[in-house]
Amino acid sequence: MSTLNSSKRQKQRKVLLMGKSGAGKSSMRSIVFSNYVAKDVRRLGATIDVEHSNIKFMGNLMLNLWDCGGQDGFMENYLHHQREHVFGSVAVLIFVFDIESREFQADVINYANIVSALEECSPGAKIFCLIHKMDLVQTKLRQPLFEERAEYIRAASESFRDSVDFFPTSIWDQTLYKAWTQIIYFLIPNASTIETLLQQLAEVIDARELILYERTTCLMVTHVTRGIEAQNPFTDRFERISSILKTHKQSIAKHTGIPAGSANFAEMQIKTGRFMFFITRLTENTNLAASIPPSEQGFNAARINILLARQKFAELDIATKARPGIQEV
Amino acid sequence: TGRMPNSKDGDDKPRLLLMGQKRSGKSSISSVVFHKLPPSETLYIETTTRIKKDSMHSFMDFQIWDFPGQVDFANAANLFDVDSIFNEIGALIWVIDAQDDYFDAIARLNATILNLQTTYPNINVEVFVHKVDGLSEDYKSDLFRDIIQRVQDDLSDNGYENAPVSFYQTSIYDHSIFEAFSKVIQKLIPQLPTLEALLNSLCANCRIQKAYLFDVLSKIYIATDTSPTDMASYEICSDYIDVIVDISEIYGWDRPEEEDSGGESGNQDAESLIRLEKKGNNYLYLREINKYLALICLMSEDSPAEKKALIDYNVGVFQEAMKQVFPR
Ligand SMILES: Nc1nc2c(ncn2[C@@H]2O[C@H](COP(=O)(O)OP(=O)(O)OP(=O)(O)O)[C@@H](O)[C@H]2O)c(=O)[nH]1
Ligand SMILES: Nc1nc2c(ncn2[C@@H]2O[C@H](COP(=O)(O)OP(=O)(O)O)[C@@H](O)[C@H]2O)c(=O)[nH]1
Ligand SMILES: [Mg+2]
Repeated sequence: MSTLNSSKRQKQRKVLLMGKSGAGKSSMRSIVFSNYVAKDVRRLGATIDVEHSNIKFMGNLMLNLWDCGGQDGFMENYLHHQREHVFGSVAVLIFVFDIESREFQADVINYANIVSALEECSPGAKIFCLIHKMDLVQTKLRQPLFEERAEYIRAASESFRDSVDFFPTSIWDQTLYKAWTQIIYFLIPNASTIETLLQQLAEVIDARELILYERTTCLMVTHVTRGIEAQNPFTDRFERISSILKTHKQSIAKHTGIPAGSANFAEMQIKTGRFMFFITRLTENTNLAASIPPSEQGFNAARINILLARQKFAELDIATKARPGIQEV
Repeated sequence: TGRMPNSKDGDDKPRLLLMGQKRSGKSSISSVVFHKLPPSETLYIETTTRIKKDSMHSFMDFQIWDFPGQVDFANAANLFDVDSIFNEIGALIWVIDAQDDYFDAIARLNATILNLQTTYPNINVEVFVHKVDGLSEDYKSDLFRDIIQRVQDDLSDNGYENAPVSFYQTSIYDHSIFEAFSKVIQKLIPQLPTLEALLNSLCANCRIQKAYLFDVLSKIYIATDTSPTDMASYEICSDYIDVIVDISEIYGWDRPEEEDSGGESGNQDAESLIRLEKKGNNYLYLREINKYLALICLMSEDSPAEKKALIDYNVGVFQEAMKQVFPR
């Protein structure tokens, strides 16, 4: 027992959230991690200095999120007096660009300054750039404008030029979840082990699709898609489901009076002539959504098999924790 | 048939007329309720210059006529065929912008009511005090009372007492607009008492707290049992429909393999259950009744898993009865 306890250290991953003041950083964070709904974010004040939040993810991953206030004074401070403190041992930098900004050139110069600090202190970090508030752009202009901006920013990304990833986002639709799902996936230490287990489970229960997602944020950890389901025309379904479930959590919270952070359904099922679908708890921090062919028998068997598989997934968390050798800070 | 009482000819569907001042929110309401436009996108709607007719095809058919705000129809007999507008009318919905001056709106509303009183005394006039989002609770209720008072005073000054006018507080940014539409449409359903009686007996037999019959596409509820309704129950049921509809869209796509299977192994009618965590035992249950309608029940006591057979049986009975009421 003592070995387990002494090695309960979690894998900490430092994530910087940066960008100009008003770009939408805190809005995003509050929606993804603190169960705000999009229209609540108008209540947020400007972020002063850095707001830290620690988010436990998948049992063994601890996200250490630094929401860095974007006003010029703070920026100066990060880049000079606190350079090593802020930019040291960073796993991921998320830089938010406001599409509405009138000073795009200046924003990119700011970004370039941050990139060089990162290059110096955490050369192995990964950068995600979010081009945000895309809802303000007419639908048909979104893609070209996004690409144009992304190319321009890429050119200013120094040694991260080839690795930086870009996402168009808005708090008003599921693009927010699409971006954050990619970020989380990048950070999860044992994604492939989880996927292997999930694949086995999917075969046992003959699932068309399994989606593993984190309970609080509803962000997808990973999924397994089998057979014909690979042709499902709704290619954005994973972020759509995150968004659907997140909205539904709000609704349940409102109805039951349970805070949105903990409100959840214990189980959900949908049965139709075309598919059967259910969501159930898998581990302490994750839920499993399963889509299977329409058969009452198959449905019952699948639920039992998932119950039996819970132990294995729980052990997976512990196993990672118990091997101090593979832990980094 | 599910045809409305005052629609004599088969092809004339009852109408809901949306009228009110320019920019009061009529087109937004019709787009959000009947076309699922996200409320934030109504900012881009342009001002309406001609009557825009939409028809809703559901458990019963009706039309929604969206009027340009700047033209006075009831008084413009020389420009428009007033009879052809108000003939098949189901309800006149008058939209008042609560965030704007409303004196002119009220004056025009009253002129319209007085004008129609002689020729069409049976028209339901439904006043939506609209855009109440963003107003403080106190201000909102004062304003609401003030508007009701002014309309009634003015009408009785003109010798029209007890006019059939109802008032609602609405916003496209929450469920209120759907609730209001539900109530407007319920008045047009002649079978409403039958539906309520059926729902009451279902609730009593299965110990259901609250049951709604929803039009799935519009999320308007066309009937509920006669226990007190509250906004919260309506909201959670309406949100629940969203979840089911969205997930059914994602996983209900046409798979090439299943052409001849005919869904015989699964349920013919979609069914869903959610068990909420903590807080006693809370269940949400949904059952598709026909192409357009779904039954949604809120249950709290014993686990429906145990009395599933009882529920299935009673819902089956309900569904049979519904076939008599709405044959389509
Ligand atoms: N805050 C708020 N704004 C709303 C609401 N409903 C509509 N609006 C806004 O009101 C403005 C005018 O809406 P429209 O639907 O074009 O108004 P209309 O009554 O059809 O106007 P005309 O066609 O000129 O008669 C739009 O900017 C909408 O976004 C609401 O419930 N709340
Ligand atoms: N239209 C639109 N506005 C947004 C979006 N995200 C955030 N905002 C708004 O942008 C403003 C600034 O957001 P905030 O999160 O405080 O910015 P921060 O200084 O980067 O943390 C707020 O008024 C938000 O409502 C978005 O996706 N679309
Ligand atoms: Mg209009």
